[in-house]
Amino acid sequence: MQNEWPLWEVFIRGQHGMSHRHVGSLHAPDAEMAVKNARDVYTRRNEGVSIWVVEAKHISATAPSDKGPLFEPSESKVYRHPTFFDIPDEVGHM
Amino acid sequence: MYAQLVKSTGSGVKSREEMTDQERDFQDKIDADIKIEPRDWMPDDYRATLIRQMGQHAHSEIVGQLPEGNWITRAPTLERKAILLAKVQDEAGHGLYLYSAAETLGVTRDELTEMLLDGRMKYSSIFNYPTLNWADIGAVGWLVDGAAIMNQVPLQRTSYGPYSRAMVRICKEESFHQRQGYDAIRKMAEGTPAQKKMAQDALNRLWYPSLMMFGPSDKDSVHSAQSMAWKIKINTNDELRQKFVDQTVPQIKFLNLEVPDKNLKWNAKRGQHDYTDPDWNEFFDVIKGNGPCNVDRLAARNKAWDDGAWVRDGLMTHAKKKAAAKMAAE
Repeated sequence: MQNEWPLWEVFIRGQHGMSHRHVGSLHAPDAEMAVKNARDVYTRRNEGVSIWVVEAKHISATAPSDKGPLFEPSESKVYRHPTFFDIPDEVGHM
Repeated sequence: MYAQLVKSTGSGVKSREEMTDQERDFQDKIDADIKIEPRDWMPDDYRATLIRQMGQHAHSEIVGQLPEGNWITRAPTLERKAILLAKVQDEAGHGLYLYSAAETLGVTRDELTEMLLDGRMKYSSIFNYPTLNWADIGAVGWLVDGAAIMNQVPLQRTSYGPYSRAMVRICKEESFHQRQGYDAIRKMAEGTPAQKKMAQDALNRLWYPSLMMFGPSDKDSVHSAQSMAWKIKINTNDELRQKFVDQTVPQIKFLNLEVPDKNLKWNAKRGQHDYTDPDWNEFFDVIKGNGPCNVDRLAARNKAWDDGAWVRDGLMTHAKKKAAAKMAAE
């Protein structure tokens, strides 16, 4: 069985969704078939209005071991959030 | 339930003192309900046990299409036919979600398929029973999918992220399966005396095989402790079986059918029904390959795989040629 179809990752944008979200994966010989299969497998109940597929091997991802160095720095920067700042009520909506 | 008798490779649950630092960190994450993701470190036995369990679960979805597919062309009305077709298509989808999730652990789809086809991997014992008539189709949706839901709802909280997400999707769709089954058998139970007899007969034949779906009794279930510590199994077999009985008995009564168990009675002290366990010799025999349909089921899967080989190869060759031509043109 050396001829296995490649793996594709499937992204769907729902009716009220703002962006495509990863929903799962499937095997297909090419992009066209991947879209057709994604439609059959992942949108049987009105889940989507748009489908993206990308071959899994083209996705680069962060390594789990990099989680600390990559994401911890943002934890100490609470001033990035608007609620960090006290605005007096008298100023009105801001 | 779709996974019964999943062998864990470990030698019992390790105490914290026996664990390596890595193993302790891993167990801490699980205890804190933090999901394990594909590229996170995990013990080899966790990976191997999950591949077995998810593979078996996926195979059950796929083989489970056979007993129901058997009645698509003979459904009593066009509406029932469309519903059954949609249900069986869902099962294909469920198999695919689970295969995809298993593949994140480093096994390929074709490897999983090969292991099913040559008997190295199992599927649920229930699908080795035949569907003899239309009442059986109702009973399968109601009881078999009902038992599946009982098992799959807690598995939404399983520790392995991709498995958990597959379970969430599946559970969303599964309720339709059980309801359509109950609706179909209810029609018969409320129909002519002959139809009612068929409904009772289907219940009689599928009751114990459905109870078997939860796997052997806890006292004979040797692989549970480690799987529960890893949260790839959430409840014991007997807990889920009891829950299924308690939930299903009122549904049977509503249909004015009889539970095919003379010893079934409400135990007020326990707040649960007492019931007779299935014949475990029959269960182990079916698992071993001696059920009424084992040979047929595997033959059908092998035939589908072999007969489809030229399509899979042809489409792949076509895709490669097209890609090469596109490359040459650029």
